[in-house]
Amino acid sequence: MIPYVLRRLVSAVVLLFAITFFAFVLLTLAAGGDTARNVLGDAATPEQITQLNADLGLDQPVLVQYWNWLLGALQGDLGRSWFTSQGVTEAVADALPVSLSVLLPVIVVSGVVAFTIGLLCAVRRGWLDRTFQVLSTLADAVPNFLVGVFLATLLGVQLALFPAVGYVSPERSLYAWAATLVLPVTALSIGAVAGVAQQVRSAAIGVLRQDYVRTLRSRGLSQRRIVLTSVLRNSSTTGFTMLGLQFVGLLGGSVVVEQVFALPGLGTLAVTNTSRGDLPLVMGVIVAAVTIVVLVNLVVDLVVAWLNPKARLA
Amino acid sequence: MDVVRNEPLLEVERLCVDFPGRGFRAKPNRVLRDVSFVIRPGETLGLVGESGSGKTTIGRAVLGLVPVSAGTVRFDGRDITRAGRAERRRLSQDVQVVFQDPYTSLNPSMTIESILTEPLTAAGTDAQEARRRVGALLDRVHLPADAAHRLPREFSGGQRQRIAIARAIALGPRLIVCDEPVSALDLTTQARVLELFTEIQENTGVAYLFVSHDLGVVRHVSHNVMVLYRGDVVEHGRAEQVTADPRHPYTRKLLMSAPVPDPAAQRLRREERRALAQSA
Amino acid sequence: MSTPQNPVLVPGSSATPTAPDPGRLRRPSSGALRRFTANPLGVVAAVVLAVVAVVVALAPVLPLADPDAIDLFGTLQSPGAEHLLGTDSSGRDVLSRLVWGGQVNLLGALLATAVSAVLGVSSGLLAGYHAGRFDTGASWVTSMLQALPAIVVLLAVRAVAGPSTWIAMTVFGVMLTPGFFRIVRGAVQAVRGELYVDAARVSGLSDARIVGRHVLTVVRAPIIIQCARVAGIAIAVQAGLQFLGVGDKSVPSWGAMISEGFRKLSIAPLLVLWPALLVGLVCASLMLLSNALRDALEDRGTATGPSRRRARAAAAAAGPATVVLPEQAEEGSALDTATGDLLTVRGLQVAYAQGDGGDKTVVHGVDLHVDSGEVLGLVGESGSGKTQTAFAVLGLLPEGGRVSAGSIDFRGTDLTGLTPGQHGALRGTDLAYIPQEPLSNLDPAFKIGYQLTTPMRLHLGISRREAKERALALLARVGIPDPARTFDSYAHEISGGMAQRVLIAGAISCKPKLLIADEPTTALDVTVQAEVLDLLRDLQAEFGMGIVLVTHNFGVVADICDRVAVMQHGRIVETGAVEDLFARPRHPYTRTLLDSMVEDGPARPYPFDDDVLRVPAADGAEAR
Repeated sequence: MIPYVLRRLVSAVVLLFAITFFAFVLLTLAAGGDTARNVLGDAATPEQITQLNADLGLDQPVLVQYWNWLLGALQGDLGRSWFTSQGVTEAVADALPVSLSVLLPVIVVSGVVAFTIGLLCAVRRGWLDRTFQVLSTLADAVPNFLVGVFLATLLGVQLALFPAVGYVSPERSLYAWAATLVLPVTALSIGAVAGVAQQVRSAAIGVLRQDYVRTLRSRGLSQRRIVLTSVLRNSSTTGFTMLGLQFVGLLGGSVVVEQVFALPGLGTLAVTNTSRGDLPLVMGVIVAAVTIVVLVNLVVDLVVAWLNPKARLA
Repeated sequence: MDVVRNEPLLEVERLCVDFPGRGFRAKPNRVLRDVSFVIRPGETLGLVGESGSGKTTIGRAVLGLVPVSAGTVRFDGRDITRAGRAERRRLSQDVQVVFQDPYTSLNPSMTIESILTEPLTAAGTDAQEARRRVGALLDRVHLPADAAHRLPREFSGGQRQRIAIARAIALGPRLIVCDEPVSALDLTTQARVLELFTEIQENTGVAYLFVSHDLGVVRHVSHNVMVLYRGDVVEHGRAEQVTADPRHPYTRKLLMSAPVPDPAAQRLRREERRALAQSA
Repeated sequence: MSTPQNPVLVPGSSATPTAPDPGRLRRPSSGALRRFTANPLGVVAAVVLAVVAVVVALAPVLPLADPDAIDLFGTLQSPGAEHLLGTDSSGRDVLSRLVWGGQVNLLGALLATAVSAVLGVSSGLLAGYHAGRFDTGASWVTSMLQALPAIVVLLAVRAVAGPSTWIAMTVFGVMLTPGFFRIVRGAVQAVRGELYVDAARVSGLSDARIVGRHVLTVVRAPIIIQCARVAGIAIAVQAGLQFLGVGDKSVPSWGAMISEGFRKLSIAPLLVLWPALLVGLVCASLMLLSNALRDALEDRGTATGPSRRRARAAAAAAGPATVVLPEQAEEGSALDTATGDLLTVRGLQVAYAQGDGGDKTVVHGVDLHVDSGEVLGLVGESGSGKTQTAFAVLGLLPEGGRVSAGSIDFRGTDLTGLTPGQHGALRGTDLAYIPQEPLSNLDPAFKIGYQLTTPMRLHLGISRREAKERALALLARVGIPDPARTFDSYAHEISGGMAQRVLIAGAISCKPKLLIADEPTTALDVTVQAEVLDLLRDLQAEFGMGIVLVTHNFGVVADICDRVAVMQHGRIVETGAVEDLFARPRHPYTRTLLDSMVEDGPARPYPFDDDVLRVPAADGAEAR
């Protein structure tokens, strides 16, 4: 198990480096040499532009720029915004708790609900299963920001059950914090639950048909015990892998959902700064997002390896 | 005729095959060591062994489906050990195969007709002529002509194996590698398919490299028999001698382990086997 | 075997022709189309998509208002005759903007789908067919792309490349490549290992033709399905981008309309409804279409599944119920009227529910009995119903199967009258089972020790420690050389022979009265088979169990059985003591089976007049 954990850790770090490298180089090259003019406006003199390029280090080769950025990033300094001179690390640090407040509950909620529904459908089949099949297809298809719009309209504005917009930090009021999260978490979870539950369901149906399940029955173990040990564990590999894949989509979806519910998270940070091409901030958001994805997938991989001894050999 | 028949058709000399080891920079695993044999036209060589003996690998090496590490394979005097694609394609006229599993050796989404015309069109026969020959091929393996337009899943295991045999004989090959061709079949079907193999050999003079784990089956179809154990040849001789009066202790163990369908004889054989195990 | 019979006409070798007219050319795809049109949801989804696509494509010729005509005096109008769906906050016609907006959204989705399909399929084919460096590199790029949240990347692209829909959708297409790549690569790798691809290679087909003929036909269906899914995702993400306001604002788009409607929610609640409804409808239709396509294209009953045994069992369940001629049924002593002190089966019928609501009977009135300490062999070919009979006694018939008539008396209790729970309570302690395939019958996720101790702790009420001691003793008893190590192993860490010993240890762990062994040695090498049969014989004597041994091998029967019952087409055709049956088989089918054995037949005569056989002096070959 330990060699496997080390292998996964190393490959996670390599992945992180590779992504930041390609993102930085491609974005810098694509931005071309117009950055200083964009920052200073059309009235800027060529001298001012040269000066700003030198200040921002934009006159150096792109690989040198990346190297300097990386050195800073490794020390926790992601640079400064070109336009506002705000520290990128600070901006990300402010937005991150908001995004995580939404994303972590989504993972937990969708994991628990999806496994329960998936197993239930696989074991019971019949009308319950057929109903779920139709509902999950729709839930999986409809974009989660539309679900957000719907929830905000119905439960937030029309019925006013939950606050439709805004964010309250948990230090101010734990209750208000939780209340503001209910709708965005629900909006994001519905699709994830559908996707993961479908995988758990089909994996569990597959496991229930396996020879070893019949053999366990032949040993006099009850259906409930077999489902809660053998079937759950053998189908959870698929479920967790799916949850890991879904998470990337969830993170993307959360960018839009944050806008719907006016949450000042990473998505909002990204949206406000992309239109004007503020590369340091954009890089900061990418680093934060990819780090979260890589960490979540690392955890998923480790959970899968713990559950499934064969996966450790991969 | 005899002069021609005694010219070797397939000569395998000191054949070695390695499989790559598991993991990074692992040492290769030698699955066959110095295997040599000769097959003449119209002759059947039976290869017997248990799982992991390398018997299937010999057939695949002859077919060029696994790379040869050392030794030579000669067909009709030509060295084909490392034949390139073009030469393999020419060779497909002469060397064919029937696999063990009739469920996966036929593409489930192709009709029997397109399965049978595939080797013909690959060899340059025009499509219409190839389709015309399908009926005759099916007849030779005792299947009705209307089988041509069906899919493999509509046939039983024995019938699928007949289709695989029809595909193998389509080009009139001189050697067919038979890789456990009856192991997946029921008893009565197995006997009928073995009859078919013998019948085709007697009619066409094709030679067989016949791989099986079953000493009884090999005895039934082979002229010569070679016994393999973990990549080594342990015994090689006439079918009658190897399968009834084996010299090597491993072949004896193999023979003693196969139960005979006669309670009294089986009791004797069991005691003999236990005595053999005691003495070993 | 003197007369070679036409196998199609032989009963039992059941060809089940699904095409009633043999002369008609069956096109494999025609069935898929029929299945698709039979699925109402799929058809509705396809119609919805077609209507949306046609209307959007015809936007320039339809009598629509100018989508960009601003009317500052007619803002936020309700639906009416002039504006069918009303106007937005700039007084522009909502219907017209919906139709024109579809152009950006649909073409964008088409672009993203095309880019990802072309890139993913080609790289997947290459990586799957030629493993090695390209595969490693492509897989790395794939996992990198899969770690990137698409919207964040698209925002970054927007930051440097401006608000172009086409650039964004091309990039998004690249980001969606992994889906296609993985599907195609996986399918190609699976196909590459198939024997029919080897056969094509031996037939002299070039790589290009193998890919075209054998590989593409396999990945075609998954690619079509994935296209529908990807198009749905592209629509959703594109609408999301437009909603964020980072899309191209110069042309109308669905996402921008949702955004506007959402902001004007309190003044004009209907404004958000139309575009949201349309996006939801299109996305849901694409997903439903994809599911319908999957069901239509993939349900082809291919026999490439992992278990041939399962395919055979299914074929047996679906096979034709053959009519047995009266004289055939009376010939031989098929009737077993004796009562066993352990098990007495009377008139057992097993039936499977069919899709059309009817039943298919696969076991037609089986009678048999077993005494304690007796080994009964249940012999027959595939589809004879021997395994179904065994599962009926165990109460472990597969899904859809049930005992439809007859009784199974086990030590005075009729098992057919028990609830599943009561039947389950007898398993393990009274009834036990040894399966055919050793490795697939051990749970891959739990250690062998856990699988052995759980039933013992449950049934015998012993402590974890005592259960472990017993399990170690059992493992030693069944001939496992290092019990402690095997106890701590997973199934994939031990050999097939060892796994079968573990399963035998599990079966006898609670000292059952009746052991049902379903082809317990069929998957084993012949030398291991002999050892396992010795073990079963010893254990039977030691525990005094009755055994029902299901097998197709008369050698195994001769080795271990006291009595035999021969089954054919779900009936017992002959039963008797083992010596009698081999010496004087009465039923013609038994005789056919015994005649089919090649084991003790004559060796093939050697027709060559000289001997060029060269037995090599391989070093060490004789010493072994």
